[in-house]
Amino acid sequence: MKTFEDYQKEIKNRRNNVKRMWSWVLTGFLFLAAALFLMPVIFTFTNSFMSASEINANYGTVFATTKTGGKVFISKTVNLKFIPDLVTFSQYATVLFRSPAYLLKFWNSVIYVVPIVVFQLLVASLAAYGFSWERSMLKEIIFFAYIILMLMPYQVTLVPNFLVSRSLHIVNTHWAIWLPGIFSPFAVFLLTKFMRRIPTGVLEAAMIDGAGDWQIFTQIAMPLCKGALASVAILIFIDYWNMVEQPIVLLDNEEMHPLSVFLSKINSGEISLAFAVAVIYMVLPILIFLYGEEYLVEGITYQGGIKG
Amino acid sequence: MRGGLTREKKKKLRSWLFLAPSLLGVLLFFVAPFFVVIWYSMVNNPVQHEFVGFTNYFRVAANEAHRLAVFNTIRFSLTAVPLAVLLSLTVAVIMEASIPYKSFFRSCLLSPMMVPVASIVLIWQVLFHYNGLVNELLGIRLDWLKSNHAQVVIVLLFLWKNLGYNMILFMSALASVPKDLIEVARIEGAGRGRVFFQIKLRYLSATILFVTIMSVLNSFKVFRETYLMTGEYPFDALYLLQHFMNNTFISLDYQKLSAAAVMMSLLIVVLVGALFIVEDRFGRDIDE
Repeated sequence: MKTFEDYQKEIKNRRNNVKRMWSWVLTGFLFLAAALFLMPVIFTFTNSFMSASEINANYGTVFATTKTGGKVFISKTVNLKFIPDLVTFSQYATVLFRSPAYLLKFWNSVIYVVPIVVFQLLVASLAAYGFSWERSMLKEIIFFAYIILMLMPYQVTLVPNFLVSRSLHIVNTHWAIWLPGIFSPFAVFLLTKFMRRIPTGVLEAAMIDGAGDWQIFTQIAMPLCKGALASVAILIFIDYWNMVEQPIVLLDNEEMHPLSVFLSKINSGEISLAFAVAVIYMVLPILIFLYGEEYLVEGITYQGGIKG
Repeated sequence: MRGGLTREKKKKLRSWLFLAPSLLGVLLFFVAPFFVVIWYSMVNNPVQHEFVGFTNYFRVAANEAHRLAVFNTIRFSLTAVPLAVLLSLTVAVIMEASIPYKSFFRSCLLSPMMVPVASIVLIWQVLFHYNGLVNELLGIRLDWLKSNHAQVVIVLLFLWKNLGYNMILFMSALASVPKDLIEVARIEGAGRGRVFFQIKLRYLSATILFVTIMSVLNSFKVFRETYLMTGEYPFDALYLLQHFMNNTFISLDYQKLSAAAVMMSLLIVVLVGALFIVEDRFGRDIDE
């Protein structure tokens, strides 16, 4: 004879079973999604260890071009392979030691990105401090304008950028990329949102102790914003490491293009190097991601909701 | 008393000093030239500067290439954005359940955001080539990037890249739904579905809107992916607004370019305005 408790237990067990099954299904689904999401990166990585002849045999048809640059059509199956027949570092060796063009473009990318990250952070943290204290109607309006500007796509901002660069005669120089990047309102927005969360009491206490604005900025506000600065730095870095629109409009000279643009113009003759270059290009952002994922997540969370 | 006032004023002035570098830069590189752009859009040519009203706007609106670009861009946004919002919300909800390896999954789904597009374009091309893997798996013959289905490829790339970002926003919004409210509802016999649709979704509404608008704005940026995959002259279905802008840059038609830029910026202002109004309304709704 089953007691009431027995029934209760049975129901509970059944419920738990359903729960466990659901959890399995969901986990399986997520595994599948994760595998799909990682696949492009993993394939690029493993394929970068293939020999030149293997890459040509597998993917030659995709990138075969005529002498005039048009894509030719060879009906040979593309053979996407996960593991190379023979693991070799020869592609890396060629990229690193024998074809300087790639390293030069890589260096270009670094040269564009580093000053933009450093100086955008500097300009923006000053501005964020200015926006966060002594708030006034005028400042709110300006801040609102910054938000709108931040949300403008390149289709809009590149035209003004180009006009200024032309009248300052900096088209085709690094400055054409640097200056608009440094003054981009993005970091101002995020840092302001963060600084406005610092309780005013902290600052008032410092002020009563006789600290000046500069002291408060460097010794209180900045240290409190360390995490936010890291988040913003990562977001700026990835945006400019990936840049395509600005160089193709503002730099005619292809020698000055960053690797992001150059990589897409790789020709069939050097297709065997493409995977190795692609890996070299993504190593830095991926390392930053592995190291700073929490900051990245925090940075994204701050963006949630436009208003401060 | 007067001394106090001037000190206050000095403090105000000093706060403007902190703002100055950024303000000057933004004025010089974005705001001032934008007024030049507006002015350019209303004159006949860069030499004579004769005022012609909205003629340039009509010229742009009547331009075949611009129409194609607008049509394709809108078509792309209308497919990619709802998919991005729905899928990322679904994944965020799944991630809320008790599941092992949660942080591993989060990292996997977020990582594409940090992978440079240029690096994985190769794989994408290999997948969607006429002789590529996707065709083989589906048992069809289609040169994806040169067909009317070309946008499918870019939509997938867009989802791959943006899903993680949206998911994080949804996850943090879901985490901020008051726990006691859900507990009370559960005790009173509300099922999971009801809790989701009648409580969580209400709290999420502002985030859904935010994610939608951010996705729309991100969808305007998909030129980057398209350019890296197909170069300057893609198949018709992939001819986007930025392609139009680039080609107009090359032909040095600044009047047309300016008019197109102004039109685009108006659209953005409308979108952002909508975001603010709705955020205000929903924010109040929940506070009450």
